[in-house]
Amino acid sequence: MSLTYTPVSEIPKIVQGLRSAFNAGVTRSLDYRKQQLRAMYNMISENDTAIREAVFQDLHKPPAELMIGESGMVKQECIDAIKNLDKWAANRSVKTGIVNKFDNVHIRKDPLGMVLIIGAWNYPLNLLLAPAVGAIAAGNTVLLKPSEVAPHTAALLTKLLPAYLDQRAYRIVNGAAAETTLLLEHKFDHIFYTGSGQVGRIIMGAAAKQLTPVTLELGGKSPAFISRDVDIAITARRLAFGKFFNCGQTCIAPDYLIVERGIEDKLIEAFKASILEFYGTSVQSSNSYGRIVNKSHFLRLKGLLDETKGKIVAGGEMDEDNLFISPTLVLGVDKDDKLMEGEIFGPILPLMVVDRLVEGVKHVNQGDQPLALYVFSKNKKAIDYILDHTRSGGVVVNDALVHFIVSNLPFGGTGPSGIGNYHGKRSFDVFSHERSALIKSMGMEKLNDLRYPPYSEKKTRWLDWFLFDKASFGGKAAVDAPPSNTHSSNSSTVNEASSISSNPNGRTSSPSLPENQHRKAAAKSENGNISHAPEASTATATTTV
Amino acid sequence: MTTAILNYHTEAEIDQAVLTVQQTFRSGYTRPLKFRRHQLEQLWRLIDDNTDALCDALYKDLRKPQYEATLGELITAKEEINDALVHLDEWAKDERTTPSFVNRVGTTCIKRKEPKGAVLVIAPWNYPVYLALTPLVGAIAAGCTAVLKPSEVTPHSAKLIAELIPRYLDNKAFIVVNGGAQETTQLLDHKWDHIFYTGNGTVAKIIMKAAAKHLTSMTLELGGKSPVTIDENANMTVAAKRIAFGKTFNAGQTCVAPDYILITAKAEEKFVPALKQAYLEMFGADPQASKDYARIVNTRHFKRLCNVLMENKSGDVVIGGQADEDDLYIAPTVIANVERDDKLMEEEIFGPLLPLIRVTDIDDAIEYVNSKDDPLALYIFSTNKKLVNKVLDSTRSGGVLVNDTLMHVSEGTLPFGGTGPSGMGSYHGKSSFDAFTHVRSTMIKGLSPVMESAMGLRYAPYTARNLSVAKMILETIPQFKRGFLQKYIKWIIVAVLFGVHYARNRRLS
Repeated sequence: MSLTYTPVSEIPKIVQGLRSAFNAGVTRSLDYRKQQLRAMYNMISENDTAIREAVFQDLHKPPAELMIGESGMVKQECIDAIKNLDKWAANRSVKTGIVNKFDNVHIRKDPLGMVLIIGAWNYPLNLLLAPAVGAIAAGNTVLLKPSEVAPHTAALLTKLLPAYLDQRAYRIVNGAAAETTLLLEHKFDHIFYTGSGQVGRIIMGAAAKQLTPVTLELGGKSPAFISRDVDIAITARRLAFGKFFNCGQTCIAPDYLIVERGIEDKLIEAFKASILEFYGTSVQSSNSYGRIVNKSHFLRLKGLLDETKGKIVAGGEMDEDNLFISPTLVLGVDKDDKLMEGEIFGPILPLMVVDRLVEGVKHVNQGDQPLALYVFSKNKKAIDYILDHTRSGGVVVNDALVHFIVSNLPFGGTGPSGIGNYHGKRSFDVFSHERSALIKSMGMEKLNDLRYPPYSEKKTRWLDWFLFDKASFGGKAAVDAPPSNTHSSNSSTVNEASSISSNPNGRTSSPSLPENQHRKAAAKSENGNISHAPEASTATATTTV
Repeated sequence: MTTAILNYHTEAEIDQAVLTVQQTFRSGYTRPLKFRRHQLEQLWRLIDDNTDALCDALYKDLRKPQYEATLGELITAKEEINDALVHLDEWAKDERTTPSFVNRVGTTCIKRKEPKGAVLVIAPWNYPVYLALTPLVGAIAAGCTAVLKPSEVTPHSAKLIAELIPRYLDNKAFIVVNGGAQETTQLLDHKWDHIFYTGNGTVAKIIMKAAAKHLTSMTLELGGKSPVTIDENANMTVAAKRIAFGKTFNAGQTCVAPDYILITAKAEEKFVPALKQAYLEMFGADPQASKDYARIVNTRHFKRLCNVLMENKSGDVVIGGQADEDDLYIAPTVIANVERDDKLMEEEIFGPLLPLIRVTDIDDAIEYVNSKDDPLALYIFSTNKKLVNKVLDSTRSGGVLVNDTLMHVSEGTLPFGGTGPSGMGSYHGKSSFDAFTHVRSTMIKGLSPVMESAMGLRYAPYTARNLSVAKMILETIPQFKRGFLQKYIKWIIVAVLFGVHYARNRRLS
C-alpha cells in the first residue's frame, strides 16, 4: 500500500467543510460524540490484523508492542471517554463570593471548534488517534494529519476512517512538509502536534499568526539515575524494556544513564543478560525487536556511534539493508560527547558514570528540561532530592515508560519538551474551553446601587467590607471596618446590621439590609437634585466631536 | 530611552535582571511554601500601605476615580492575594491519582505541582496596578521567579510599582523592568519558562512568535468586541443601569467592557431613554464635571476614538458626543441604529462609545455574533431561560454573564480568559496558580523481585500466548460490549495467575 498525498487544491474545501459542520452544531450533542467514539473503538478492534500488518511494515513493530503501546491504549482512551463523558462535559458549579451568592455561577465546557492533530511516526496509531479521542469527546470537528514517514499506517487509516467516523466532522489529510505548511495557513481553533522541537517551533510560529493555541508533545534527553543500592538485575531489565521498546524510538525512552560509580560493570552484565533473555542470541532474527524507521534515521544513528568517544560495551551491530541496529551500550561517555548532544531516539544507550548522583542532577539542570526523568533507587531521601532539584515533564521511580499508559496521569512536557498535556480527562480538557458563566437575577437592584456612580467614600468602605474577605494573616494595617466615622447616623446602621446578623433567622446577606435602606434615602435625595437639571441638556450637545 | 516621568532600564540592567531571576529560580530559593506565603503577604502590605499613593498615580495616569481605583484595582488585587494565601497549601499539594489496572499493586501515582520557572509578566495600561499584580500573585504562589514589565503608557503607576516592589518583595526573585517596545523586545529575546501577557492581539502575535523560538508556554489575555444582547422583555431600567456601569467604568477602557448592543427596534425605544436616565443618575448633566468619570489614557487613543466616531457613517448620536482634547474627555456616547459593517463595528472600541445594532430577533443576533471573532465576554439580558440557553449553546466567548456586566471578573472561582483571538489560557484564583504550574506526573514503583516476576508478561520475547494473556489483563472490555461476567473477568484471571505463580514458587522452594 502506498500513500497518496491529498491534492493541495482539495485542502481548502476539506477545511471549509469541517468549519461549517462545527458551526452547524453537528458535533455538539453528547450522544453523537459517544457514538463516534464507539465507532473509533470498533475501527481499531475490528481491523486488528490490518493494523498489525501496516505498523509492522512501517516499523517492524512486534504485535505485543503494538497492543501495549498503541491499539490497546487508544481503545482504553475511547472506553474511558465514553464512560466519563457525561461527567466531564457537565457544567461545573463553583463557590461564589457574597455579591453573586444568589446567582447561578458555573463553568461550561464548550468545544473549541475545528482542531488540527498532527501525528508522529514512532507510534503512528496512538499519537494520532489518542488526541483525536479527546477532540471528539470535547465536541470538536477534527482534521487528522498522519505522519508520512509511516506511510502504511497512514494509508490504512485514510481508508478506514471514512468507513467508521462521520465524514462531515472528521477528515484525514495526507502529505509532507508542503501540505502541512499549507494546512497551517488555515485558521484552526487548536493545533495538537506530536514530534520534534524543531518542527514544534515552526508550528507555534505559524499558529502565532492566527493566535491559535497549541499543544506540543515533544521530546528531550530523558535521563535515568541509578544509585548504588538498587537491585541491579531488575533495574537493567526494566531499563532494557524501556530503551529497546520500539527500537528506542519512543519520546520518553531513557536517553542516557547516570550511574553511580562502582556498579557500572555489574549493570552492563545485567543488561547483556536481559538482552539475551528478551531477544535471544541473534537479535536480528528475533520477532520481538523493531527496526529503525528509515534510512536517514539509520544513518543519523550510525553517525552518532561513529563519532562517539565512548566505548561500545554491548551490541553495536548494524545492517543497513535491514535498518537494523542491535541494542547498544556505550560506556565512558562524558558531557561533550556527540551522544549527549541531541535526543538519541534509537537503541543506543550511553552510560555516564558519576561519583555522586548530585553531579548528575547538575548535569541535567544545565540542559533543557526532559520529557521524562527516571530514578532507580531504594533511598527515599535520594529520590526526593532528585525530584525536588530537577524539572521534567513526568517522573517514574524504579521503572521506565509505564507512566505513559496511566490515563489518570497527565502526559506532557515542560519547556522545550512540550507545552500542555493530555490523556484521560486531560485530553478532554485540552480540547475544551472553560467558559465561565454567571447568570444573575434582575432583582436586588437597590443593592447594586452601591457599585454605581456617583461614588462616595462611604460607599467604597461599605463595599470593601461587604464584598471581600479580610487578610488571613496579621497585616500591619488593620482591616477597614464598615463606615463608622463619617456620620453619626452610620454607626446606628452598623449596629442594626450586627443586630440582624446575630439574629438566628438572619441570612448571610443581612448586613446589606440596613445599608439598602440607607442607600434608598441617599438615592432619593440625589434623584431630587438631578431632577432639577434640565433633561434636554444631555441629549442636545452632539457638536464637539 | 527615558520619558519625563519614567526611567527606562538599560540593556545591561535588563540582561542582569533576567539572569538574576533565572539563577534564583534554579537555586530553589522560591520553592518553599513559607517563602511564597511571605512574599504574598508582603504584596498585600504593598497595596495596603500605599493605597493613597497608588490611587494618586492612577488618578494622574487615567484620572481614575478613587472609587474605581479602590474597587477595580486595589481591593480586587488584595482579594486575589487573600485567596491564594488561604488556598496555597491545598493548591500546591501533591495530588494522588489511581493507577490503571496493571500498575495498581505497589505503585503510587502523584501529580506534583511544580513551578514553571522564571516567568515574564507584561502588564497593560488600562488597569495598571491590578493587571500587573494579579498575574504576579499566581507566579509567586506557584513558586516561580518573575520579571514584571508594567505598561509605559501609564508612567506614574509604572514608576510607583518599580519603586514599591523592591521595598516589599525579594529583590532576587521579583524584579520590575520599565521600558517601551525596544525593552520588551529585548526581554522577549531571552528564554522564559512562561510568558503572561495582557493586552491586544497585534502585540500578542509578536509575543507568541518570539515565544515559539524558545517553545515557551504563554497565557495571553486579550480582548475583542464583547456584545450585549437584550431581550425585549427584559427590565430595561435595570439593564440600562448595569450596561451603563460596565461601559463607563474606567471610561470604557476595560477588556470586558460591553462593546456594542444587539437590540430590536421595539426594545430600543424603551432602552435608550432608560440608558439616558442611568447616565444622568450616575454622572449628572455634565459628566465632564463629575469626579466619578475617568479620562482617555492619552492623546493617541483620544484621537483614535474621535476618528472612529467621525468615520462612522451610519447611526444617530442619541446620548453624549462631546469631547475635549485638552482634558482627554469623551462623554459617555451612544450611537443608535449603526450599520453592521460600519467603522464602529470594525475593532474593539475600548472607550465610552456604545453603538446599538438593530436586529430582527435573537437568531439574527446570534448569527451576527458568530460572524465575528470570539469575544472575551458575552452579555445577555433576559429572564427567559430557554433563550439564554440558546444563546449560550450557539455562540462562543471567553466568558458569559447573564443580566449584568463586568461582575464575572470579580468572581475569583471563575477562570477568566478568552478563546481564539480573545486570548489563550485563563487565570484568577486557582487558575492563576495553575497557569504558572507544571503538573509533573510522577510514578513511584518498588523494586521487589516478586512483583518483577509478575511483570514478566511485558518483556520480550513476545510470544503469541503471552500476547493473548496480556491482552486479557490490559484491555478493558468497553461497557457497550460487556456482559455481567466480563465485568470481573480481569480480576479472576489475575487471581488465578497469582495463585499459579505462588504455588509454583512454593514447589520450587
